[in-house]
Amino acid sequence: MNTTIMLFLLQDGITNGAIYALLGLALVLVFAVTRVILIPQGEFVTFGALSYAMLATGQVPGTARLAVAMGVVAFGLDLYAARRSLRLKLVVRSVLLNIVLPVAILALTYALAGPKTPIAINIALSLLIVAAIGLFLYRIAFQPLAHTSVLVLLIASVGCHLALQGLGLVFFGAEGLRGPALSNAAFTVGPLRFTGQSIAVYGLTIAFIIALWLFFGFTLMGKALRATAVNRLGARLVGIRTTLSGQIAFLLASVIGAISGILIVPITTLYYDTGFLIGLKGFIAAIIGGLVSYPLTAVAALVVGSVEAFSSFYASNFKEVIVFTLILPVLVLRSLAAPAVEEEKD
Amino acid sequence: MTQRLPLIIFAIVMAVIPFIPGIPPFWIVLLDNIGLAALVAMGLVLLTGVGGLTSFGQAAFCGFGAYTTAVLTTAYGVSPWLTLPLSLLVSGIAAVLLGIVTVRLSGHYLPLGTIAWGIGLFYLFSKLEFLGRNDGISGIPPLSIGGFRMLDPGTIYFAIWIAVLLSALLTMNLLDSRTGRAIRALRRGHIAGEAFGVQTPRAKLLVFIYAAVLAGLSGWLYAHFQRAANPTPFGAQAGIEYLFIAVVGGAGYVWGAVLGAGIVVILKEILQSYLPYIFGGQSQLETIVFGILLVVLLQLAPTGVWPWLMSRLPFKPARKIPDTSLELPARVRAPSTPSVLLHIDKARKQFGGVIAVNDVSFDVGAREIVALIGPNGAGKSTTFNLITGVLTSTSGAISVLGTKVDNAPPQEVVKLGVSRTFQHVKLVPDMTVLENVAIGAHLRGHAGAISSMFRLDRADEARLLAEAARQIERVGLGDQIDQLAGSLSLGQQRIVEIARALCVDPLLLLLDEPAAGLRHMEKQRLAALLRQLRDGGMSVLLVEHDMGFVMDLADRIVVLDFGTKIAEGTPTAIKTNPDVIKAYLGATA
Repeated sequence: MNTTIMLFLLQDGITNGAIYALLGLALVLVFAVTRVILIPQGEFVTFGALSYAMLATGQVPGTARLAVAMGVVAFGLDLYAARRSLRLKLVVRSVLLNIVLPVAILALTYALAGPKTPIAINIALSLLIVAAIGLFLYRIAFQPLAHTSVLVLLIASVGCHLALQGLGLVFFGAEGLRGPALSNAAFTVGPLRFTGQSIAVYGLTIAFIIALWLFFGFTLMGKALRATAVNRLGARLVGIRTTLSGQIAFLLASVIGAISGILIVPITTLYYDTGFLIGLKGFIAAIIGGLVSYPLTAVAALVVGSVEAFSSFYASNFKEVIVFTLILPVLVLRSLAAPAVEEEKD
Repeated sequence: MTQRLPLIIFAIVMAVIPFIPGIPPFWIVLLDNIGLAALVAMGLVLLTGVGGLTSFGQAAFCGFGAYTTAVLTTAYGVSPWLTLPLSLLVSGIAAVLLGIVTVRLSGHYLPLGTIAWGIGLFYLFSKLEFLGRNDGISGIPPLSIGGFRMLDPGTIYFAIWIAVLLSALLTMNLLDSRTGRAIRALRRGHIAGEAFGVQTPRAKLLVFIYAAVLAGLSGWLYAHFQRAANPTPFGAQAGIEYLFIAVVGGAGYVWGAVLGAGIVVILKEILQSYLPYIFGGQSQLETIVFGILLVVLLQLAPTGVWPWLMSRLPFKPARKIPDTSLELPARVRAPSTPSVLLHIDKARKQFGGVIAVNDVSFDVGAREIVALIGPNGAGKSTTFNLITGVLTSTSGAISVLGTKVDNAPPQEVVKLGVSRTFQHVKLVPDMTVLENVAIGAHLRGHAGAISSMFRLDRADEARLLAEAARQIERVGLGDQIDQLAGSLSLGQQRIVEIARALCVDPLLLLLDEPAAGLRHMEKQRLAALLRQLRDGGMSVLLVEHDMGFVMDLADRIVVLDFGTKIAEGTPTAIKTNPDVIKAYLGATA
């Protein structure tokens, strides 16, 4: 191996690592606020990426219709939950959020989709669609379970992953898709070639890390979200709307997932089930970060990306084996370091 | 033998099914698949439902079982029956290696870890040359007895279901034993079990290995049923599905695994054959329905189908009443009891900058009731935790009967004859009072997991239960002996904890707020019981807020305030001590 290859591998690793970092951040965010370990994060990635790729070919992706369907279910749940005290204001709000919003997004998609639609509009549409799906996913699957244990939430999360991945196959088919690059600019530094795409990956990752850190550390809303995570009842007693916190967390996570997807779909071909593996790698980074620390997660993601790049060069067959085994020593260290507090489970 | 009857009926029904004339061969294939899935799910019931350790990686252990026999029978021509113990052994060893790493993981790290190695192992299976990479290994010989070869689904059916029934029997035996109670207590956290001598990490590793061996058995059968092994059925997806089966059936119930396997396998079959008609030729539609059903199920019936069915049965299974005439040998004691049982010398506990216990010293002598009182946050429960080894002290020395116990694990402290109750009741709510109390006698029994599975532990078990029943009678809860601990009032639950602590046959009883939640008459009875215990030679150290109760009962009182001992003396002296009055009322009143 020479320095050039090493630099190439490192560059590759950092680009992938940045994506994992984004996903890891989203996972930490969702876990910190709702205690949900968001396995379907990978589906947000594929939904975002493949919706974008389909829109680029002028077709309306099935995810837009899924958002409407999920909105209808969410509306039904809202009505059922509030059946004792149905107030007009509540119903109107629910209709606006759960029915009008996704229908508007669907209508907008039909109106704007076409082979000549600018990239920016396609990106905006994909983000809107996935954001709506994320929002409704929380309402349908997790809000009714919000009081249960991390374990129940985890199993539900796996259920959502299965359902969404299956839907992904229905919407996008078994064939992989690639999307157009965000920018075709490129420049070289020494032996390395930087594309506009990879610069966008770095830039957005750093921007998100800083934004999340600021949001959670310095804004009232961010602190409220963290309070919800620690103690739902306590948070409610001091006037924090815990449901809203969960919705915001899922909204952010789905948008981050979709952005990650849109960032990588011009670089690699994505299949309906690729998201799971990508998500899991973000996951490993998030776990190394202990599901709490954003900067640590970002650093860990870069390590995961680099390990993956180097192992795909040296032992390409065992790439996944190596990446997924990476987690074990970390988990051991984590649980040794964790204080032996009694977990009160119910 | 009432417990056996349903099992025998079920066995007969299963044995008759293949001989029903005109039964479609396809149904037999389905039943084979149900049996294979039920074996894995049964392991998960023990691991997840009972032990509280969630694993998404069980499919990988099936892989170990299947590949072991596949390689040995095809490449080396070993007989399938010889590979059975080897398959189980390989799965078991894999479980030991993975378990040592994963079982110590706390909370949600454990399921995450299992997902990670589940996926890692799947890729390992599909990349290794000698396992045939993605194509796997084919041409595995069928099982055969003499000249009889189990070639078709109808014959291997018997091998599969005999395995299922035997495993169910062994698993139920295991759960209904000394080791089983230790496993069932795992889900509620480790502190209570450890306070009575349960080696929690060992118990966790045990269920982990047990579940893996069952999965290995299923994998071994699968390899000889399909006559081929490839990585797909041992991947993360399959691992998730097994957990799904356990949750659907009822994760805490052995028969829930069989029921869940039936529901899921049949449902999957129906979905796979009919969904394409409804929605066109798309594949994988069943996973969508599956995922949605899983979420709906968790929201509507989080405990699964089996307990729901059982609660609708018109009759309730009768419980055996333990024979209280059996004597459990007393705990081995030191030949002579010294006058000072517990000696605390400048014990100190710091949590970061907070000093919870500040150089506290006091003794508890033989045949003495000592009360530890003080306002909330005075460090009383922390002192208890230091004595019983739940927390390690920052400095100072604690000794029981002259043996230093500071920083000894709880299991060692209880061996010296110190048993305790908890301020926040730590019982297993879905176990009966009798079973909960019997955990207290854990160290006085000796039967291990294997002897429990084969029912060789009955003499030992009967003595343990007899002792538990005696202690329950002694604290006055004889009428509640068969009720679930979770159904009792909080005050009664505290009394159950006392009975459990008495099962240790202790020299020193530590009671953390035993009278909280009791009515006046119950308090009187408790005080009488404690006096009787003292007169019988036991010492009691108790934390209590009810001053009337304490002043009446205690021989000596130690007062803590903000972690520091401010007074010690007889009740009369404490009542008039100005420092104590100041600590409680804020000023000299």
